[in-house]
Amino acid sequence: MSDIKYILGHFADPDDLMHGIDKLQEGNVSIYDVFTPMPIHGIEDKLGIKRSRLPIVAFCFGALGTVLAFSMMYYMLVQDWPMNIGGKPAFAFPDFIPVMFEVTVLLCAFGMVGTYFFVNHLFPGRAPRVMDLRATNDRFVVAIDAEANPYPDKIDNILKEAGAIEIKHNERKFLSYE
Amino acid sequence: MGNQNHNHNFTEQFAFTGKPKTWSLIAIVIGILAILFGFFTDHAERTFANLLLMAYYFTSVCAAGAFFLALQFVAQAGWSAGLLRIPQAFARVLPIAAITLIIVCTAGLLTHNLYHHWTEEGLTDPNSQNYDALIAGKSGYLNIPFFLTRLVIFLASYSIFALMLTRYSENEDMEGGLTSYNKSIKWSVIFLIVFGFTTPIWSFDVIMSLEAHWFSTMFGWYNFAAMWVSGLCAITLTVILLKKSGNLSWINENHLHDLGKFIFAFSIFWTYVWFAQFILIWYANIPEETVYFYKRFEPEYLPWFWVNIAINFVAPILILMTRDSKRQMNTLMFVCIMLLVGHWLDYYMMIMPGTVAENRGFGLIEIGITIGFVGVFTFVMLNSLSKRSLVPVHHPFLDESLHHQI
Repeated sequence: MSDIKYILGHFADPDDLMHGIDKLQEGNVSIYDVFTPMPIHGIEDKLGIKRSRLPIVAFCFGALGTVLAFSMMYYMLVQDWPMNIGGKPAFAFPDFIPVMFEVTVLLCAFGMVGTYFFVNHLFPGRAPRVMDLRATNDRFVVAIDAEANPYPDKIDNILKEAGAIEIKHNERKFLSYE
Repeated sequence: MGNQNHNHNFTEQFAFTGKPKTWSLIAIVIGILAILFGFFTDHAERTFANLLLMAYYFTSVCAAGAFFLALQFVAQAGWSAGLLRIPQAFARVLPIAAITLIIVCTAGLLTHNLYHHWTEEGLTDPNSQNYDALIAGKSGYLNIPFFLTRLVIFLASYSIFALMLTRYSENEDMEGGLTSYNKSIKWSVIFLIVFGFTTPIWSFDVIMSLEAHWFSTMFGWYNFAAMWVSGLCAITLTVILLKKSGNLSWINENHLHDLGKFIFAFSIFWTYVWFAQFILIWYANIPEETVYFYKRFEPEYLPWFWVNIAINFVAPILILMTRDSKRQMNTLMFVCIMLLVGHWLDYYMMIMPGTVAENRGFGLIEIGITIGFVGVFTFVMLNSLSKRSLVPVHHPFLDESLHHQI
């Protein structure tokens, strides 16, 4: 029994899943995480998941892009090698704006993708961290940490009553495609 | 989720009585007094420039309501179904706004010097002292009969489309079914094509021809962006004020969030187009193009030139960037009012240097006429809103709108 690390309850559709989450919460079972093939409205509030901090990352990378583009152009066109282009002053700020805008967007997008990969441990060549493969296909999976929640039989019963179609007792956290 | 969404009174109608009615009537009286004050204190040109500004602004906001409506049908959007009655009220006012604009333009053309750059005597006559080769070259397009014909045709077609879309929604209320919705989609597509191709010409005619020597192909989209942002702000402000007065219980912060995103995005779009116009003219530095910005860089206008950018770009982008500010009614309301004022300033910067130039002013005439038009808009819009229930009850996506969650 103590070998069980995670209990996974599979549900066939989102409504059953939401019902199952309600039942587990009524039974004071803490839910480790929920995996679904598609986004479900309102599930974050129900599970008490904190808001993503990705927008903050996006802002920081965007601001970095603006500063980077400006300092690059300032160094090149004003400091290092001023040129007379169309009789404009070397520091022709309106010219800088399109490039600053583009680099802001570029770094913001790349930064967000990079951060997303970093946070989710997705790197090329690395086995992804997946708790149940069918959660990416047709099943709505609730994962319960068995060490934090004793009495797996009680949890099994709650899941069954709530309409789970399959219950798994996993001895390791992640499957991986080795 | 939407548990709280099941006890709405969909037959509820907005009652246009009490304070809104009194105050909008008072505002109309203030507007009339300001117009009279302008004409009797020898400020006829300035009064006409202001009338043109506000009539154009009024028509733009109503046209933006029709555009919003058409856009929601073409995109088959669900989120907005619960608030469609507000742009519909705007659209139903469009004919009144269009007639106002046509009257102001015609009166300005025929009795005053509103479009004197291309209507003065002798501009196209080679033997005249006033002969202007540039204007003569444009006279095939810029002449009074053709100008008025275009204006009437454009505004009439927008009004007809706007009324059609609201009529279909009315039929839908009574009959239900998908027939009205499908027809709305079809006519919305046609309206968007017509609108997209003719609004630039409309703004070329009404605003750009005030300085007939100058031209910019970006000007049409610049005006469109201003129209769309100010229209969205007016829609959002109406929604918020209706909610504050206890109506529209089914509109929640998710709908406001979407409207806020629209305002945020199109404020940036406005700046994008504004800057695209500016940088090309600045970079090429051709006198016939720079004349526009030269006038606006005179000390008379320069501070307002920068205020325009600050209020219409820097402020909304900084205030509306976070998710929370778009979902807080009061913040959003502040931004809407600020942008409506900001786009008044934007139009002011487009119109005044070409009409009254250094004789511009900011005083009783400007404020009074603005208040007057706000009063007219509020009165006719709320009046048309109060005619029907506040929600299109048989809209196929109404349920989706009630459960909208982002």
